[in-house]
Amino acid sequence: MNNAMGFWHILFGRLTWESLPFVKAWLDPTVSEIIAAGAGGIVVLGAIATFGLITLFGKWRYIWTEWMTSLDHKKIGIMYMILAVIMLSRALIEAVLMRVQQAVAINNPGLLSPDHFGQLFTTHGTIMIFFVGMPLLTGLINFAMPLQIGARDVAFPYMNSISLWMTVGGGILLMASLVFGEFSTGGWSGYPPYTELAFNGGVGPDYWIWAVTLSSLGAMMTGINFAVTVYKLRSPGMRWMRLPLFTWTAFCTAILMIFAVPPLTIATLLLAADRYLGMHFFTNALGGNMMNFVNLFWLFGHPEVYILILPAFGIFSEVVSTFSAKVLYGYTSLVIATMAIALLSFTVWLHHFFTMGQSAPVNAVFGIATMAIGIPTGVKIYNWIWTMFRGEVRFTTPMLFSLAFMVTFVIGGMSGIILATPPVDFMVHNTLFLVAHFHNMLIPGMLYGMIAGYYYWFPKAFGFRLSETWGRIAFVCWVVGFYLAFTPLYVLGLAGAPRRTQEFFDPSFRPWLIIALLGALLIAAGLAALFIQLWVSIKQRDTTRVPVGDPWDARGLEWSIPAPPPDYNFAVLPQVGRRDAFYWRKQNNGAYKPADHYRDIEVPKNSMCGVLVGLAAAACFFGLVWHIWWLAFCGSALTIGTIITRSFMRDVVRTIPAAEVEALDRRWLETAAAALPVPRQLELTPENEGLARCQPK
Amino acid sequence: MPEVSARVWNKRRLRRWLAFGAPLASAASLFGCSTLSRGFLAPAGPIAAAERHELFVVSAIMLLVIGPVFLLTPLIAWRYRLSNTKSTYRPQWGFSWILEGLIWIPPTIIVIVLAVFLWENSEQLDPYRPLSSPFQPLQIQAVSLDWKWLFIYPDQHIAIVDQLILPVGRPVHFSLTSGTVMQSLLLPRLAGQIFTMAGMTTQLNIAVSAPGTYWGENAQFNGTGFQKQKFRIIGVSPEDFRQWVTTLQKKPNLLDNKAYQILSRQSLLPHPIIFGNVQPNLFSEIVNQAITPGYVLQHEGTSSHE
Repeated sequence: MNNAMGFWHILFGRLTWESLPFVKAWLDPTVSEIIAAGAGGIVVLGAIATFGLITLFGKWRYIWTEWMTSLDHKKIGIMYMILAVIMLSRALIEAVLMRVQQAVAINNPGLLSPDHFGQLFTTHGTIMIFFVGMPLLTGLINFAMPLQIGARDVAFPYMNSISLWMTVGGGILLMASLVFGEFSTGGWSGYPPYTELAFNGGVGPDYWIWAVTLSSLGAMMTGINFAVTVYKLRSPGMRWMRLPLFTWTAFCTAILMIFAVPPLTIATLLLAADRYLGMHFFTNALGGNMMNFVNLFWLFGHPEVYILILPAFGIFSEVVSTFSAKVLYGYTSLVIATMAIALLSFTVWLHHFFTMGQSAPVNAVFGIATMAIGIPTGVKIYNWIWTMFRGEVRFTTPMLFSLAFMVTFVIGGMSGIILATPPVDFMVHNTLFLVAHFHNMLIPGMLYGMIAGYYYWFPKAFGFRLSETWGRIAFVCWVVGFYLAFTPLYVLGLAGAPRRTQEFFDPSFRPWLIIALLGALLIAAGLAALFIQLWVSIKQRDTTRVPVGDPWDARGLEWSIPAPPPDYNFAVLPQVGRRDAFYWRKQNNGAYKPADHYRDIEVPKNSMCGVLVGLAAAACFFGLVWHIWWLAFCGSALTIGTIITRSFMRDVVRTIPAAEVEALDRRWLETAAAALPVPRQLELTPENEGLARCQPK
Repeated sequence: MPEVSARVWNKRRLRRWLAFGAPLASAASLFGCSTLSRGFLAPAGPIAAAERHELFVVSAIMLLVIGPVFLLTPLIAWRYRLSNTKSTYRPQWGFSWILEGLIWIPPTIIVIVLAVFLWENSEQLDPYRPLSSPFQPLQIQAVSLDWKWLFIYPDQHIAIVDQLILPVGRPVHFSLTSGTVMQSLLLPRLAGQIFTMAGMTTQLNIAVSAPGTYWGENAQFNGTGFQKQKFRIIGVSPEDFRQWVTTLQKKPNLLDNKAYQILSRQSLLPHPIIFGNVQPNLFSEIVNQAITPGYVLQHEGTSSHE
């Protein structure tokens, strides 16, 4: 008996039958456990269905060779977006569940147990930041930034693939926690000592530690990759002050990733040292100090906010300029504002814990720094307003999202300044007011930006436009849903309602919580509308194709190539003479011209190493979570072994012969020559083949 | 004809809307008032009142910045829409020193004004700063536990769990620590939060300005009993306070090491507990972690060793 237990323990660590939510729901059939089992069931069935369908249609080879092993920055970008959308769906369902719970649980326990509720807000936050926000922006930057600077790929395509698959690995850990055991209840910030062994001995905090560690390693490498790409791979003549604004923001975000993400990795690893090796960095006893964790975490956490928001600012700059058919107002001041935000974002982290008992001057300095960061942010909003001034504004879906962003974001800015005032923060910190504030920044700020960018660049990536009707339906759902869901939280926060609470005791809260629930449902409908939009758009793709590649009469280099772009992006690397290079080429009748002569082009060969590294690292960390030491050892050995082996490989590039490039390019130029130029009024009609009619200067 | 009938229908519909909408709106505002009256917008002490004042000032100043965005965004977007052929179109216009000045200078001035204001008020409303008053502050030592609050009145030698009795008009000085994980003491109508951490002491100064019953809570998530970690604050006149203290001192229970070890286990209490006597220096022993807290003992007792 003892022997059998010992064998089980070696094989499966602390994983037992009772770790499965299905068994738990069988033993204790409460609503909360049944919901947990249902979630686990969805993950299992979803995985089986995905694998089954791929096998049924015989698509394994296609998916493996065209996607998983691809080092093409465009495909990696798209895979990041797919990961983000899957995770977004889960985290949004969790948000709706939490809203249902709070609307129901007023002086009664409601549907979800406190422990289940704790897992929900932890996974919701962790997923939304690390597995929705980060992959969305990484995906869009991956896709668009190299095209904008006239590059053929990012600087380190193979490292790009490792970053992607490590992030996927983290996502797999999060999904696995639905089926095996449970997740942390310590919130997305995972403050010790609550997450220490003494208070949470289970696997939850370990899942959190390792999922976040994987994601943070991926993010740091992504940062290095993007920064080096912008430094080194700009095409001839693409000087710094000629970069498109999105590339500027991508560059600032990359620098923030390099410097801000390592403190997080350090913090989670030190916490792991406490939990696995019996150390005392953040424990109550033996000299541990949780304040160090809090500082390290927010040393990452605050720049992280700007990592998330800056690329969205870049997208809004592109979208507003394109759909106002006008040069961006105040390019230089936008660049200065972006750099100022990036720099200042390192000087404000203490405002996340004004209430930890620092002296008043310390709080005041960080409060003032926080307010100072509002200046460049406000400047940006006005820059976009003046970009529309004397333009010709088209109210397409991305433009509508941009307008909603400008108006809604300043409300979040106002509540941000309120929170930056320490004496007021004492009252509303840790309340629903804070929750409303950061959702007010991240949904209109980041998510609207990402949706706008998705709609804007989708025709470039896939060669056809998205449905405008469904885009507008999604827009209404997202915007109305946002206001309904979060305005009540501001009110409740002012009334002292704490965040992360599974039950309320004041009946007067109920109407507010019901309105918030309606808002959450509307936001979920907004996401559903985006899925329907994709489905409808694929169905009607034959009427919306834009092979020539410039459906919006846009300005940057990414629009000067076919849609979808060839593997090598540019048949000949473009020469850049000024800002908005493609716009001027169109104006001066220089667009859609064949090159003098074509050369062989080298692109990275596919590699399975990235997939191996990421998934083996995830297996290693799964082993660590469950104390399955053999799995942890094999996983880490495979990870390190793959990296070493790959470094000896010489044959890593594929050459595309000049003749092939020339043939492809000339075929595309023929398409362009045959296409009818459309004026801006008709850009949403089937006439739009991606060739814009040249407008007078 | 159809136009007219449509207008009539609209009017009727409008009236029906008013008939339903007006009570609904007033109900909503009623709910709003009763909800907001639980927080610092209905202050019951000078600190909360000052913090509310600060909220109003900052919000008013910020409206100067965000007001123009609310107006200009829809106005300019609509005025310069593509279908409006009358509006000017200057695709190359992208810079103006005057606008640049308007964009950068006013926000900078506003932030400077806010900064000066913030600097003074952070000093004024520093939770560590004693309140000016002719009376000696009442000393209270607060210990956050899972999932309850222990309040020791060292000078009165009494302790209450999950209830606070405070004299009106006399400043109160809290010394706070945690017997478990990090927590945060929030007294919505009286004063803002301060964290409690094991092995460390934080401080908070407040005062109650009117008799009444208020509530306090932990605002930092600390596990499955978090949502119920709330307690009543009873503000009483100084005479009544003296009365309370003498009554409480008659209770036989003693809060010593042993009682603390039981109390500091993870639990929710159905009602407040009163200790008529408290072992001296208990608070400093808790801060110095000289007493093994209940959660450790509980852990060793219940979890079977792997």
